[in-house]
Parts: sequence; C-alpha cells; structure tokens
Amino acid sequence: MPAVATLPPSGLAGLNPEWSSLAEVAESENAAVTHGWHVLDNGPQLDALGVIPVGTILCVHGNPTWSYLWRGLLASATDAAASGAPAWRVIAIDQLDMGFSERTAGFRPLARRVRDLGDLTDALDLAGPVVTLGHDWGGVVSLGWAVDHPELLAGVMLLNTAVHQPVNDAIPAPLRLALGRGILGPATVATPAFLATTLALAHPPLSSEVKRGYRAPYLTSARRGGIGGFVADIPVALAHESRPELDRIAEAVRSLAVPTLLLWGPRDPIFSDRYLDDLVERMPHARVHRFEGAGHLLAEDADYAAAALLWLGDAVAPALVSSSRSRNGDLGTLDQRMGASPSPLTAVSGLLAGDAVAPAPLVETVSATRAAWEAAATHPLWHYLDELRGSDETALVDMLPTPRTVSWRLLSRRVRQIGAGLVHIGVRPGDRVSLLVPPSADLTAVLYACVRIGAIVVVADAGLGLAGLTRAVRGARPDFVIGAAPGLMAARALGWPGRKISVAGFPAPMARLLSVEHTLAELISLGQARLSAGDDLPPEPAPSDPAAVLFTSGSTGPAKGVVYTHGQLSAVSNALFLQYGVGVGTGLVAGFAPFALLGPALGARSVTPDMDVTAPKTLTASAVAAAVAAIDATVVFLSPAALVNVVATAAALTSDDHAALAGVQRFLSAGAPISESLLAQAAALMPQATAHTPYGMTEGLLMADITLEGIRAAAGSAARPQTADAAVHEDGSVLLANPVGGVCVGASTQTTLIRISALDASGASVGELSEQPDVTGEIVVSAPHVKDHYDRLWLTERASRRGAVPGERWHRTGDVGHLDSAGRLWVEGRLPHVLVTADGVVTPVGPEQRIETLPEVSRAAFVGVGPIGTQQRVAVIETVPPARRVHRASEPLAAAVRAMVGSPVAAVLVVPGLPTDIRHNSKIDRSRLSRWATGILSGGRWVKP
Amino acid sequence: MTGASGFLGRAVAARISAAGHEVRTFQRRPSGVPGVEDVHGSITTAADTPYAGLAYAVSGMDAVVHLAAKVSLTGDPAEFEAVNVGGTRTVLQVSQRAGVSRFVYISSPSVAHAGASIMGSDALPASPEHARGDYARTKARGELLVLAADAPGFSVVAVRPHLVWGPGDTQLIDRIVDRARHGRLPLLGHGAALIDTTYVDNAASAIHAALDAAPAVHGQSYVITNGEPRPVVELLAGICGAAGVTAPGWRVPAFAARAAGSVIEAIWRHRAGTDEPPMTRFLAEQLSTAHWFDQRRTRADLAWTPSVSLDEGFERLAAHYRVPR
Repeated sequence: MPAVATLPPSGLAGLNPEWSSLAEVAESENAAVTHGWHVLDNGPQLDALGVIPVGTILCVHGNPTWSYLWRGLLASATDAAASGAPAWRVIAIDQLDMGFSERTAGFRPLARRVRDLGDLTDALDLAGPVVTLGHDWGGVVSLGWAVDHPELLAGVMLLNTAVHQPVNDAIPAPLRLALGRGILGPATVATPAFLATTLALAHPPLSSEVKRGYRAPYLTSARRGGIGGFVADIPVALAHESRPELDRIAEAVRSLAVPTLLLWGPRDPIFSDRYLDDLVERMPHARVHRFEGAGHLLAEDADYAAAALLWLGDAVAPALVSSSRSRNGDLGTLDQRMGASPSPLTAVSGLLAGDAVAPAPLVETVSATRAAWEAAATHPLWHYLDELRGSDETALVDMLPTPRTVSWRLLSRRVRQIGAGLVHIGVRPGDRVSLLVPPSADLTAVLYACVRIGAIVVVADAGLGLAGLTRAVRGARPDFVIGAAPGLMAARALGWPGRKISVAGFPAPMARLLSVEHTLAELISLGQARLSAGDDLPPEPAPSDPAAVLFTSGSTGPAKGVVYTHGQLSAVSNALFLQYGVGVGTGLVAGFAPFALLGPALGARSVTPDMDVTAPKTLTASAVAAAVAAIDATVVFLSPAALVNVVATAAALTSDDHAALAGVQRFLSAGAPISESLLAQAAALMPQATAHTPYGMTEGLLMADITLEGIRAAAGSAARPQTADAAVHEDGSVLLANPVGGVCVGASTQTTLIRISALDASGASVGELSEQPDVTGEIVVSAPHVKDHYDRLWLTERASRRGAVPGERWHRTGDVGHLDSAGRLWVEGRLPHVLVTADGVVTPVGPEQRIETLPEVSRAAFVGVGPIGTQQRVAVIETVPPARRVHRASEPLAAAVRAMVGSPVAAVLVVPGLPTDIRHNSKIDRSRLSRWATGILSGGRWVKP
Repeated sequence: MTGASGFLGRAVAARISAAGHEVRTFQRRPSGVPGVEDVHGSITTAADTPYAGLAYAVSGMDAVVHLAAKVSLTGDPAEFEAVNVGGTRTVLQVSQRAGVSRFVYISSPSVAHAGASIMGSDALPASPEHARGDYARTKARGELLVLAADAPGFSVVAVRPHLVWGPGDTQLIDRIVDRARHGRLPLLGHGAALIDTTYVDNAASAIHAALDAAPAVHGQSYVITNGEPRPVVELLAGICGAAGVTAPGWRVPAFAARAAGSVIEAIWRHRAGTDEPPMTRFLAEQLSTAHWFDQRRTRADLAWTPSVSLDEGFERLAAHYRVPR
C-alpha cells in the first residue's frame, strides 16, 4: 500500500527534529517515477555553527530499523564540531519502504536499493569526501554505494553486517525461521514480531522510550511491508534474484583501498564472527574492534559513535585536511583545529600491523628471511631445533604420567613431521591453530611445528575459566583446534570453531562425537610420508609475521587476545637469555607458561613438573624436586600460586630431594606480585639459588627484574620518609602523600625502557612519558619483546599506545607506580583502582602493605567508595584465621587498620575471601570490591563480594 | 543571632563573640554565653508585639545568624510552619528593614533529601516537595525564602550542618546515651551505612566562616560536616563508649524499623504528651541509609576546614562524661 514520506512524530527519544527533512528523488532509470525520502542530516546545524565539514558520513540502516539507529552519531558529530574538533556532516537515510520514507508499490531487490541510494545522493548533490557507514543489510547497500562511487569515497565503516552468504553454509537459525514459507508474512509484516525480536537483541535491554523510537515508523502492518521485503531479499540461494548483485559487491570490496573500520558486537545470533572473518579476508587493511558483550544492535550496546569519530580523526581526516589544504589555502581555522588535536599516534599508526593478519606471502625467499632475522639480531624460535637436530642430548622431560625423555634429535624430527602433517591437511601460513593441550612434550612439539610452518598459535589457558576460555577461543577464531580430550570436549560442548585434531587416539565413535578429523599420530605419519617424498617444509616465516595469540588473565573484564610476531617472541627468548642466562645446556623446570614453552627456543633442556596446570596450587615441593633431579635443573620457573603450595609441602622433602634442590642456581616466580616472606621461604628450599621476581604482563613478559636481596634493600630505602603530603609539581602533576609505598619490582631488564605518565588530580594518566623519580603515574614500557597488537581490539590497541613517541613501540600497562632515584620501579596498583579522594589521588598498594603488616590480617584491599574526587577510603581485609562471613571489623582491629593507614578510613570490612583472577589467584579485583563496598556502606544488602 | 540558647547556638555565639565581634542574641531563654547581650523574645510572637524585641536585637547589627527553629521528629505541623517558615520570614524582613548586610541561615541537609542514600553529593537545591517530615519540609521552605531575598547589599548564605554533636548536646547525644543505657537503642540493619557528622566546634567555625565569606559566596547553600563518614554503628559505639554505656547489641532489620517508625509516628500524632516517639520513619531512614557529602566546594568557598577530628571529638565527649580513656 503506497504511502508518501513523512516527518517522524516529535518527541522520539534522542532524535532532534532539526535533523529531519524530506526529499523527492527521481529514479535514474525512469525520471518520471519519483520517491519521497526521509533523511536525517546535521548539515544545517553545522552551517549554523559556521564550520566547514571535512567530509560526510553516509549512514545506511538495516532491517528492521531506520535512521533512528544513527541518532547517537548525529549528536556526537555535531557536539564534536561545536567543540572545535573536525566537523563531520552526518546524513542518515531511511531506505525506501522503511522508516519514514515512502512506501512504494514495488519490491526493491538489492541492486535497486543500491541504485536508489545513488539516486538520492545525486539528488542531494552530495560532494565528496564521503565515508559510508552501514549496519545489517544496510552494510551491503552502503558497500554497493561505496564501490559505485570511488570518486567520492574516503572511507568505509561497518557495524555487524555481511556481504557473503556461502550457499552450502547453514544460514543462521533465527533467519531461517523468518524465511520459512508460512512465517515470512506473519512474522515480519502482519505482526511486529520480527521488529520486537530484533529490539530484544540489545545488551543491556533498550529503554521503553528507545523501543518506542524504533517502532514509530512500523506501527501498522501496512507500514511494515518493507521489513518483509527486506527479509525476502536475503539471497540464500544461488538462483536468488539478488545473488548476482551481492556477489558483485562482495568481490568489488576486495579492491577498495580506502581506510576501513569494522566495529563488531560478537553476541549476534545472525551476523556471527564468521561474517567478520569474511569481511577481514576481503579487506585485510581494515581496523577491527570487537566490543565483547555487545551484540547485533551494536549501535545501542556500545559507544560506536565515539569509536567512529576517533577513527575518522586518525585515519581519514588528516588526509582530507592535507588534500583540501593543497586545493584551498584558506583553511586557517581548520588547520589550527587539526593542529590543536594532539595525535602523535597518527605517525605511529603507519608502523602498526593491522588488526587483520595478512597471510605471509609464500613467494618470499629464504635468504630475505635470513637477512631479516640477522637484522633483528635474534634467532628464529626453531633455531636450536635445526642446530641440535643430530644431538642425542635431552631436550625435554615430561614427568606426567611417567617420566619420558625426548632428545633434541627426536624433538626436531617430530616438529618437522608434525609441521609437514599440518601442511598436508591444509594448514597454511597465517592460519590460526588453537592449542588446548596441557604443558607437555606433545604441546611443545605441536607448538614449534605450528610456528615453523607459519601458522599462528592461539594459547588460551584454563586459567581464564570456561566462560572466559570460550570467549577467548571464539574471538580468536581458530581455523584448527589441537587438543587433548578435555579441551576437545569443551570445544564440542561449547561450539568452538575450527577443525579438530586430537593429540591422543580415540575410539571412532568418540572421535566422531568430538568431530575429530585427525590425530597427532596420523599427522606424524602423514608428515613423514610427505617429507620422505621430498616435500620440504614451507619457507620459514619472517620476523614480522604473526606467530602467537596469548590471552591476558581477564582479571578485569574479558581476556584480551595479544598478538606477538616471530621477531617479538624471539625477543622474549633473548630477554630470558640476557637476564637469566638461560641458554644451551641450561636445565629448566618449566612450571610457568608461557616462559616454559621457550626452553627449546633457547637451546635449554626443560622439564614440566607433575602438576595440574589448571590448578597451580596443587604443585608439591616433592614434584619440583623430582623435576629438578630429572634434568639436573639449574633454573626453576614457578607461578606464585604454585610457590605457595611448594612452601607448604616442604616438610615432605627427602634428603635426596634437598640435595637436588641444592643444585638450583636461579628460581623465578612470575605472573603476579609475591611477598618477600614467601620468596624467602622458597629460597630457603634452594639455598644456592638467587630468587628473582620478574615484572611483566601478557603484553610485555619481562619488563623489570628484582632479586630477593634487591627486595630487601628496597624495603630498607622505602622506610625513609620521602616527602611531605600531597603536593603539586610545577608541571601540574600531583605528587602523592608519602610514603606512597608499592611493590619494588626492580630495574628494567636489559632491552626494556620504562617511563611514567603522571596522574593528574582526577587520577587520569595524562603526563608526558618521563623518567622523573618519585612521580606516580601509569607505567609505560617499550622493548623489542613487547606485544605487536591486541587482536581485533582497535580501540584498546589505540589506547595502549596513547602518547607514544612516533616511531617507537610503547605499551601502557594500566599499572600505576613510580621510579625511584635509583631507577627502580615501584608498582602501586592498577590505574582503574586508584582512589581519588578530596585530599588527592591515593594508590592502593602502599596502604594495603601497611595494613598487611598487622598480624591478624592476611590480605588487604584498599578501595574507594563514592564519586571520583570525593571518594572515601575503605579497607577490605582477609583475616587470620579466615572469617566465615562478611562483617565489620571489630573496633580494635578497625582502629589498628586506621592507625596503619594514617589517613581517614571510612570503614574496615572483613570478608572470607577477596575476589581474585582465576589464573594467578592473586590479582584482586578492586573495582568489583569498590562496587560491593558501595552497596554495603549505603545500607544495602549484606552479601559476599 | 537567633536561637543562641540551644546547643549549637551557644557554641556559635561564643565563637563569634570570642573573635571580637559584638554579639546580640534573641531567644526566649538566657543564652548563657558570657559577653553577649541577650534579648528575650520569640520569633513567632514577635509579630504581635510590633517586633519590639527582635527589631531592637537586629538594630545596628551588621549581620544576622538565624538559627532559631523548631527541631523535632514529630509535632504539630502548624507549629513547624509557624516557627520555621513564618518565624524565618519575620526575622528576614526585620533584618532587611534594619539595614543588615549579611544573613546566614542555618539549614539542614534534610531540606534536599528524598530518603535515598546520599554518597558524596554536594548540596542540592532545597526541595520542600521531596523533603521528608514537617521539620525538613518547613526548613526547606525557610531556606528558599531567605535565598530568594539575596540581593546586592544583602548577602544571604544557607549553611546546612549535618548531625551536630558534642559535649552538652541534649538533642542527639543525650538521647542516644539515654536509650543505650536503658537497652532501648537497636541497631538498624547491619549498621554499615556511612554517616557523616559534625562536631559542634566545627559547625560553629564553619558558620563563622560563612559569615566572613558571605559577600563572596552569597546566594549559595553549603553542607557542613566533619568529612569523616563512618558506619553508623561505629558512631554509636564511639558515642556510647565516650559516655561509658554499652553500645547497641541487638539488631532490627532496617525495613522493619522503617515500617514500625511509620506506625509509631502515626500513633504519636494522636497521643497526648510532649515526649518524642521511640522511632520515626525519618529517623529509621536516617540511621539505615548512607549520608555523606562532597565537602570540596564548602571548604574551598568558605576557606574553612574542620579543626576537631571525629576521634578527638569522642575524646572530648569522654572528658565531658568523665569517663576514663
């Protein structure tokens, strides 16, 4: 039923009536036929502000939404322009038959919709530069417009969409339902069910006002005809009318060279991550950010507008401004504005590998790769596997289930065989292989095989918890999964992607159940056959090729994928060699991933002690002694959690065990802070050994190091009062009330640079990177072995490099601390955990350390309650013996805690256990505690944190 | 100064007098403050006696601190109206007529409190529609009245001290101590709600500071506290400990106390007598939800900081009760 275009009713939440206008547009193919369009446009507002837009963002909604979807961008872009940032005109259209545009009489397949949009932009006389922005099927239409208007196109932005639907792939279930013959009419047109279903996909749920906004143009079935037409136009079959146009667009986007941004909500039952993979494959230069927790209605779930404007400022605006400058010299004010926005990152961004991982070119010559390694002054990870391929010396010992010794000769051969086997079954350079194998000889062989053939290993550990692991593996989108039984069962149960390979043989029914295509034994024989036939392994990857994706512990928010290149992983090995002398001939007890996996890369023989890696607290002192004895280990790596249990079980050590441990020269506890007393107790078990605790994070594994002696010396120096109370530096940064305390993590390692970005009065780390002592700020690091980038987290990546010196690779750690005059780094907590009180900024670790000196306190967390700037200090403690329930500290204990802190503490709360991360059981989630304490102290429910 | 015979009034009058100012007080009873000139009268009957006493009290003064109010948890609504709104209007008009240049109105944080927790917010505008109870509602109207009179040459400041206490306080401290002594002081909920209070000397110095700062900060409202919120049970324990009585040991769920408070309040309305009901809904809310404030603007604008800490206050209270510490 045809109906003319109208203006939206007034009073829709977030929609400024000034944006709406109507346009009557003739069809290019038949000028006699015209259609009425409803369009949102902030152009008149920009005119009123007197600013010249740098370009236009052309926004195309999908089905069953309308231009209302983009109201946030219209508002943000206008606000940004008003505040002096580069001005973007935003035009958001209602597609014909949708929103408040005309209800035409006909059916509008994809090709026609693309032409419709072109007709509209012609009629609007839209001049370049234009950046397209599309969501859902609007993404396809916007890309259709983009490939047809290269002369105007300056960039492409997409939110959850797809340009390709493989005919043989199952189409998503919700859509299949909607497409069902009897369902199509009823569900999409006759009732508002399809619309309601779509609106219900928001996380968190939409407010009733916003839902009302989305429903406004679709109140009657007559007005919903376009929704049904759109669904019918999904080209699920080859013979579909719109298939050729979809294929044309899908192929043409491959040649788009303009900057591209893909913003994605992973919780989308329709446009799942596989469509993101497809888009990245077509546009490998795209920047990608996955908003973990967000879904199909990304525009409602996440601040896409801020991300879009940030990206436009980085990637598109500078080019436009310089080109417009060359066209027109009279852009003084605009230049000043651009100059005023500090973005040294622009200079660095060219150096960054994209979030998309481009496959390494196969044609690369071996000599070029060699030269690249030589230039980097490091070895590839498989260097010693080649060099020691004829050696019968021990490379690995597996203590579980019974001690198994693997020589260099065998390990080298296995790695080549598995590598060739993987190539045989179709693993290509750049493919991602998820390793769900516990630390073992198998894991080591598979890992080195993967990296040797240029596959990217995805190392997600059980320490993330099952939910975290699922998010991580899904997000890392492995092409292959190599796993032991538990990993494969989880993969099956939770629907993790990738072709499955088992390290163990299974009975056929089990293998079928777990979708296992191959076993490790098969790979070895397939690979052996291939090598025997004279097929060598593919060319070695170059230092700049991606090698691995590791995951952060997820102690604050979802675990993040961290991408390392081959060069960067080799640099990690090199740092271990330089710092601890781990090299050829060293015996290494590898009780801590990922250092543990680097033994073969260093030429060291390594042993994995008998332990349940998912529960490091189960490692016993006897197991460590047995591992040491097995390879005459001189270096021992343990996690802090494991160390606790090792100390606790020391009574069971025999005299032989003690003798073995006496041979250890060095031991390291890495991954989380560790107390001096625990380190000293562990050191007592290894009397000849120097105890080290390195400081680092998943993004930079070995940034600083300190010995037990160093810790003691630092404790002595920290006892001296440093300065008076909070004072403001000349440069405006705030010097905190002393003693600020903190954990001394020592001096930077040989190849690492450490700087501090001072906190301002609001607790934000805004200072220039500096080495000035005794200034508290965010710890910023640089080293050859710092991560390459976060995986598909463009915004996070950008934030982690904020303020970086152009041309240098810096990483913002999110830790706060200070350097002392001796160049030692002191960690004072996490940036989001900083308290901002009326007296100034307070970092948590110092007060926690002082509280923990009380005999009745085993562990303390110091958190802020209330608004930033006037937060109250609250201490949350675990007691000795542990409390059975949450309660307020007794008056004497509260008084003792207050006396220790020195500044006013509003409340002291006792809990049975502080919330920590799963991986280390030591990183306290102070943000969560702060929210919890806020509830308790406002008179709320008395629950556990 | 009106209302100088009360606990806070005496402290303010003494402080301002000690600072070298000439102080005249106006209330029904002797203020008991040495060195000040007492004028006896009532701000509600003043209207019937051609303002004689009040007009004299204000004449020739540079500033007026209006502290007199009906402070009670229950009572005749008309009486709250007469004292806190009518009386305030009278004092305001007399002050304007007498050419006074500074007017400090002593208000209460409850004028902007709708019953929810307050965690670190600054003074919000007084809101009689949302205020709970007759006291808060009429104080809110009084505050709006005086702030509306702010004009060039007549600088008005509203100061809202929160839960003023100290030695000699009969309003809060004596009641708490008396109830605790008779085992009638229950703990509402878990007693963890953070409450900020004001030691009396700090309230007095803040009011003095507001008087000094009035020309610069006129037209504004300021919440005054010690800036040391504590769980309500710790405050009660501190007060009881200082008075040498046992702190509350039994607990009433907060929701039950609120419900009971409503009922008791209703009964008390229809009951003869002048004593206070054991619990009101307002008091139950006060004692089971957080009440603490952002003091940054107050301290910066008034150039004031509290000089007596909470713990020092408890010490002084113990000295008052002669409880050995």
